[in-house]
Amino acid sequence: MSVIGSTRLSLGEEQAMLLDVARDFCRRQSPMSAVRAQLDSPLGFDNAVWRQMVDLGWTGIALPESVGGSALGVAAVVPVAEALGRAMLGTPLLATTLAAQLLQRAAPGAQDDLLAEIAAGAVATVAMLENEDWGNTRYQVSLDSENRLSGVKMLVWDAQAADLLVVVARDGAGETVLAPVRRAAVADAALAPHTMIDETRRAARIDFTGVQAEAVIAGPSVLSALRDYRLLGALLVAAEAGGSAASCLDTTVAYLKTRKQFGKLIGSYQALKHPAVEILTAVDATRSFVYHAASVVGEEPLAQEAEIACRMAKAQATETLCHAGDRAIQFHGGMGFTYECDAQLYLRRAQWAQQQFGDARHHRTQLAALLLD
Amino acid sequence: MTPQPHELDSFRKDVAAWLAEHRPADPGFLLPQSFMEVSTDQQLDFLREWQHKVWSAGYLGMAWPRAYGGGGVDPAFQSIADQEMRRAGVPICFNVIGLGWAGPLINDIGTEEEKSKYLKGILSAEDIWCQGFSEPDHGSDLGAAQTRAVRDGDAYVINGSKIWTTMGNYARYMILLARTNPEAPRKYDGLSFFLAPMQVPGIETRPIRKLTGEYGFTETFFTDARIPQACRMGDEGDGWKIAMKTLQYERGAEAGAAGGLAFVRVSVDDMIDELRDVSRDGRPMLEEPLLRDQLVGLIMEEKAMALGDRRSAIAPLTTDYPFSLPLSNKLRWTEYSRRLRQFAVGAQGAAGSFYVGDDAARQGGFWQRAYLNSFSATIGGGTSQIQANIIAEHVLGLPK
Ligand SMILES: Cc1cc2nc3c(=O)[nH]c(=O)nc-3n(C[C@H](O)[C@H](O)[C@H](O)COP(=O)(O)OP(=O)(O)OC[C@H]3O[C@@H](n4cnc5c(N)ncnc54)[C@H](O)[C@@H]3O)c2cc1C
Repeated sequence: MSVIGSTRLSLGEEQAMLLDVARDFCRRQSPMSAVRAQLDSPLGFDNAVWRQMVDLGWTGIALPESVGGSALGVAAVVPVAEALGRAMLGTPLLATTLAAQLLQRAAPGAQDDLLAEIAAGAVATVAMLENEDWGNTRYQVSLDSENRLSGVKMLVWDAQAADLLVVVARDGAGETVLAPVRRAAVADAALAPHTMIDETRRAARIDFTGVQAEAVIAGPSVLSALRDYRLLGALLVAAEAGGSAASCLDTTVAYLKTRKQFGKLIGSYQALKHPAVEILTAVDATRSFVYHAASVVGEEPLAQEAEIACRMAKAQATETLCHAGDRAIQFHGGMGFTYECDAQLYLRRAQWAQQQFGDARHHRTQLAALLLD
Repeated sequence: MTPQPHELDSFRKDVAAWLAEHRPADPGFLLPQSFMEVSTDQQLDFLREWQHKVWSAGYLGMAWPRAYGGGGVDPAFQSIADQEMRRAGVPICFNVIGLGWAGPLINDIGTEEEKSKYLKGILSAEDIWCQGFSEPDHGSDLGAAQTRAVRDGDAYVINGSKIWTTMGNYARYMILLARTNPEAPRKYDGLSFFLAPMQVPGIETRPIRKLTGEYGFTETFFTDARIPQACRMGDEGDGWKIAMKTLQYERGAEAGAAGGLAFVRVSVDDMIDELRDVSRDGRPMLEEPLLRDQLVGLIMEEKAMALGDRRSAIAPLTTDYPFSLPLSNKLRWTEYSRRLRQFAVGAQGAAGSFYVGDDAARQGGFWQRAYLNSFSATIGGGTSQIQANIIAEHVLGLPK
């Protein structure tokens, strides 16, 4: 069998429409001035913009019609994620979409009340990470026989805005379980916002000790749902990072076309021109991987083809954005070293995106095993 | 007379002992890793006091003449003092534009009067210096600088603006490159060089916020600012030549600096120590083959530079391109340093997304901030692209 494997890549009609609508929406709702206005706000997004996204049905794109969703699958969230990344619009859409996927895949049909709330606009997130290691699956946060949690989670994405938190925990028998928790059940003092390098992002450390779970989801589907959650997370972050890398490149290219030194546009120097083309080819590769992955994530649980595709998308997107951000600073010269220049927004986003759901090295290690062993 | 090895040895012990006794306690706020990161009054006061202390103890400006506040001894002593300061990890001597560039320049080509007036204040940190070379429209193309200096009696009237002026808001003096003759046939020949006072009417600074969110450099506006004619260094039209000489000191290609730590050099050693307890995929990260390969690559790169420093002192081993190592010093170190820090951010896993101010950030977010700041050196002092052009033309002899 060829290691190249599947090269399926297609775009459905709904996806194409969403791509169009989302790009247009972000252009209107999220110019850089609006992005910057949120940099030091507590939640990191404008609630009015979020409500509009909910009204457009984006929180239900991948949810079944029975709970108010449009049943288009995660594949249809990909173009929206890309548009958000392009505009650097920080909203809880990705965290919420992924939390809903986790619930739905872990307990199909059993959490419809919560899923209906999410489709209607409740912000949800998953509390999974306990240390710096995205590859860790031995959770320390525990759930006792009375469904009370104890322990600390970190980097809980959009926790500050969340109405619902899905806590990944270990039960008395050592099995991995999911414990949905209402935000109201977590004391304010137990939630400590992180200071993020990417100022468009919000995340918090949460001490769940003593918090009562709404329900407990257990059984074998939990582990496969968590596997899917991580892979779909990698895909959506990759899609978003791919969008950011594309607009980062646009920002750099615009400067190369206007800034003159030695009487010539700096874009005429091959020292800048050629690296810009390298970034372009990496942005192209990212987009191909992202839409390939979107084309193969239909099955539940995800097939191996999808796993390979999601991991490749994340590995490619991460490195592309890191490089595009780094060069954006350098190619803007002194201007690139300022807070005012948008290059820093992309560079900071890159540092967040590279680790979220595992960095390129993590995914490449897994890919090596999948492809070579 | 060259100092005897035993003299140097016992001197090294003295410095080490002094540093052990006088190393400042952790001030409880972030200390700048380079002079381009001084962003608060608190940091400035601290660094000023420290530099003054180092100088008072006799460990700064050791090879500068005694008459001007220096120590008048062989430069070998200063190298040893610098090595010991680096080893001890003490704060930087922050007045770098004075200590490293303006000072050596004044020592080399300044008049007696200039030496008496400026050198001691540079060493004692009483007089902070800044550099007014870059302009909004002319950075890499420094030779096209347009800030005007017009002779009027015994003064020059300055108009225009400089930008990215490190410590512009704190400085007492500026090394200023300005155009005295706009009609000169070659753009370079119309420039003159000034040791300009900053506290005169008509000079204003506007702080610029850096990508880290901190402050530390300014845009500097000149509106009919009158500076004494005596501030001009060299003749009218000598500006470019003198500015290029200054850049030689700045890029580490020419000796004469007063010494002291100009920046905290971050080594791959520091990073590896920091990463030892990072776990990935449930195992110690340093066991991961992909990462090990990259780490060995970084170790070799840093080692090659250390070896290059040794080799550059052995003439028979630098015959192919004698200027290669000194001229590429800045490019190699600053680009390596940027990549090392970038790598360190990524290698921390999820913790790499925290920033200064987060309790969970490793070393208080040191590497993240250091990565953002690394561009000060790949852009400031002539960008890496410009450095590569210089090396290509001056070392390899490639056409312009
Ligand atoms: C932190 C910091 C501190 C600084 N401090 C000072 C200071 O104290 N005093 C001072 O005078 N200046 C200072 N500078 C300014 C610095 O010297 C300039 O930023 C630098 O020379 C680049 O000029 P520029 O910003 O105008 O960029 P530009 O010259 O506009 O360069 C933009 C991009 O084009 C590239 N480029 C330009 N020309 C060419 C070419 N011919 N071939 C290939 N690529 C090219 C550059 O490499 C860069 O990537 C500082 C800069 C920084 C970042």
